[in-house]
Amino acid sequence: MAYVAIADRDHEQPMHEPRSFVTKYIWSQDHKVIAIQYSLTAIAIGLVALVLSLAMRLQLGFPDTLSFITPDQYYQAITLHGMIMVIYLLTAILLGGFGNYLIPLMIGARDMVFPYMNMLSYWVYLLSVLVLCSSFFITGGPTGAGWTLYPPQVILPGTPGSDGGIVLMLLSLVLFIVAFTMGGLNYVTTVLQARCRGMTMMRMPLSVWGIFVATILGLLAFPALLVACIMLLLDSVLGTSFFMPALLSMGEVSEHTGGSPILFQHLFWFFGHPEVYIVALPAFGIISDLVSVHARKNIFGYRMMVWAILIIGGISFIVWAHHMYVSGMNPYFSFFFATTTLIIAIPTALKVYNWVLTLWRGDIHMTVPMLFVIGFIFTFINGGITGLFLGNVVVDMPLSDTYFVVGHFHMVMGVSPILVIFGAIYHWYPKITGRMLNDRLGRIHFWATLFGTYAIYLPMHYLGILGLPRRYYTMGDTSFIPDSAQVMNAGISVAALFVSLVQLIFLFNLFWSRTHGKPSGSNPWKATTLEWQTPQTPPKHGNWGPDLPLVYRWAYDYSVPGAAQDYIPQTMAPEDVPTSDASYHGGEGEHS
Amino acid sequence: MTEETPAISTGIGADPSGLKGVVTDWSHDRQAFQVPWGKAMMWIFLLSDTFIFSCFLLSYMNVRMTTTVAWPNPSEVFALSFGGQPIPLILIAIMTFVLITSSGTMALAVNYGYRKDKKKTVLLMLATAALGATFVGMQAFEWTKLIVDEGVRPWGNPMGAAQFGSSFFMITGFHGLHVTAGVIYLIVTATRVGTGYYDRHRGGNYEMVEITGLYWHFVDLVWVFIFAFFYLW
Repeated sequence: MAYVAIADRDHEQPMHEPRSFVTKYIWSQDHKVIAIQYSLTAIAIGLVALVLSLAMRLQLGFPDTLSFITPDQYYQAITLHGMIMVIYLLTAILLGGFGNYLIPLMIGARDMVFPYMNMLSYWVYLLSVLVLCSSFFITGGPTGAGWTLYPPQVILPGTPGSDGGIVLMLLSLVLFIVAFTMGGLNYVTTVLQARCRGMTMMRMPLSVWGIFVATILGLLAFPALLVACIMLLLDSVLGTSFFMPALLSMGEVSEHTGGSPILFQHLFWFFGHPEVYIVALPAFGIISDLVSVHARKNIFGYRMMVWAILIIGGISFIVWAHHMYVSGMNPYFSFFFATTTLIIAIPTALKVYNWVLTLWRGDIHMTVPMLFVIGFIFTFINGGITGLFLGNVVVDMPLSDTYFVVGHFHMVMGVSPILVIFGAIYHWYPKITGRMLNDRLGRIHFWATLFGTYAIYLPMHYLGILGLPRRYYTMGDTSFIPDSAQVMNAGISVAALFVSLVQLIFLFNLFWSRTHGKPSGSNPWKATTLEWQTPQTPPKHGNWGPDLPLVYRWAYDYSVPGAAQDYIPQTMAPEDVPTSDASYHGGEGEHS
Repeated sequence: MTEETPAISTGIGADPSGLKGVVTDWSHDRQAFQVPWGKAMMWIFLLSDTFIFSCFLLSYMNVRMTTTVAWPNPSEVFALSFGGQPIPLILIAIMTFVLITSSGTMALAVNYGYRKDKKKTVLLMLATAALGATFVGMQAFEWTKLIVDEGVRPWGNPMGAAQFGSSFFMITGFHGLHVTAGVIYLIVTATRVGTGYYDRHRGGNYEMVEITGLYWHFVDLVWVFIFAFFYLW
């Protein structure tokens, strides 16, 4: 294995190994520690969101039985559940967690380019989470305006949290955006400027590509949310009228005049749609790596996958108003946005085909990460296809604001990325801790989660076609809703309870395996990418010992014909590859 | 930076020609742009910041369209009287002149930074900071005049649409914060140049001056758009 001296790097800076507990684990500037801090915080706040969703499900499944869930609390639970899941859990864990951990390790860097700013990014994120949590404890509670925070109702009296909760919500979002920007600038600059020798962008693992493009999307999309938050904050605190038209509220004429509620929707969704891909693209990338490693086969159509990520990223900025077909905007806009929405399905479907083609005739190892990969592909196809329904204006009109949307959205943006996150944790846990997660518990966790979530979300599509409206505290007596819908609703709630309890197995596994898991060695999955080639496991501060790695090939040299092993690490020079017969031609990496 | 590189082949072939060559060239190993990390990051940050200001300006244009009340005439609102004669936009014209001038002094500072002329670099950066502070001072004067004399408030004003005041305070306030941050940034960088911090820690590399300059020019450029879209329209 060849290394080059660190002297050939332009920016090599002296490494200061942290000594004390505090600088090593708390005020740490090491990307790996920051990644773990990000992930644990995100999981912790995610558990809050899980409990909130259970409260909603209990109310919906068994109305009039639980007196402690009031309509106000129901709406607060909806709002906080959505906000936490999308932003504080998924965005934070995929970019702050996996982005931080994987980028420097996968591209052969010692750390992020600006470790201090990276540390600040985490602490500001933690602050934003704390501000969000503090809204549970103020008078009036957190905002209950729905996770999209649409004005005018978000700041009108009568909406829960319209006096204090919304202010804390918006402040927390602003803090989150500041934190994300500090981290995101780091991720993008690191990928662009700090790759090791031989690591061309077209040799990067697709995980890095996904996280890289998602971060760029974030840096360009979060500004819209920031502006929307500032303006909404001014509307609610100073009484300006950016988003507030003149209206009657509770029998009184409000003091606002002349604002545009649609403007908020445009700003929100200009952020909100790219946000879907900020979560999806890292998931796509991670899946590509997992499927390749565990099927012992190179990813099908690597260059196509990269271009698909870039094209999806680009188009994701011109589809936002498909969330607004029923907002009353000009129908010609809807025509345009429906077209772009259906176009974006092409590169996305292409990625799905490539995953399936990678599996095809692969040497599939049914490991726990592979189970999650296959679960993801199924779920994503499910959620993607219902997306085609909702992307068409005439189909969307009747389905909008029904449980069909809830089902679609949770399949494609809830279950799919979370299956990826689980798969990724099972996959990279050995590198992070040096121990394997328990396999048997992992399998139970997978099957229970997969079937459980299908039991939750598949019936929702049917309920949506019946016309069951979403966001209702209780359905009451409505002529077009049959009684059987309520039975189904109760069933969904039972499944939701079951899935939530199953996650305790995962949490137990996470902590138990930390000390009791089987020691993994440095490369348990026999993977090619750089993070598995570190001199120590878990990697030490500075990742690579005295010498940075040198990359000779792409990330997907699995089952190369003629090679003695079924994988060739990226750091292995062509002349060092052990061969078993003369058909060896050097692997795909030679051509990239 | 490639001269000390040992000649080890990493298996990257010769660049193909045509469009594929463009991709190969750009995605070559180690770094995509031949610039320091800090500079690359500043460019990316400015791109992100561009989106923030674009969203602000587009939102302002949008509420200007949706409001049902007439928009106040900026050249009357922002007029100053000298000897009983109102001169439209005179203060803004001076402010704009000051800020554009500061871009000039900043560019000179960057130039002298690359020549390692420490004294001139520091002086020009401090001049830039002083011009920036003057700009913020005049903005404070303008705000005071609007709030105290003309009764403009974020939630309403006597001249017309309430969104006039709210957009004005929000956009110029956000820009003013950028200028203030820039002044602090300039003073810090100038101090570090002056006290020899970069000589000790960065091997005498004054690239931070240029990175500070990038930010400063951006803030100036944004002002041109605010000037055009808010005051002249």
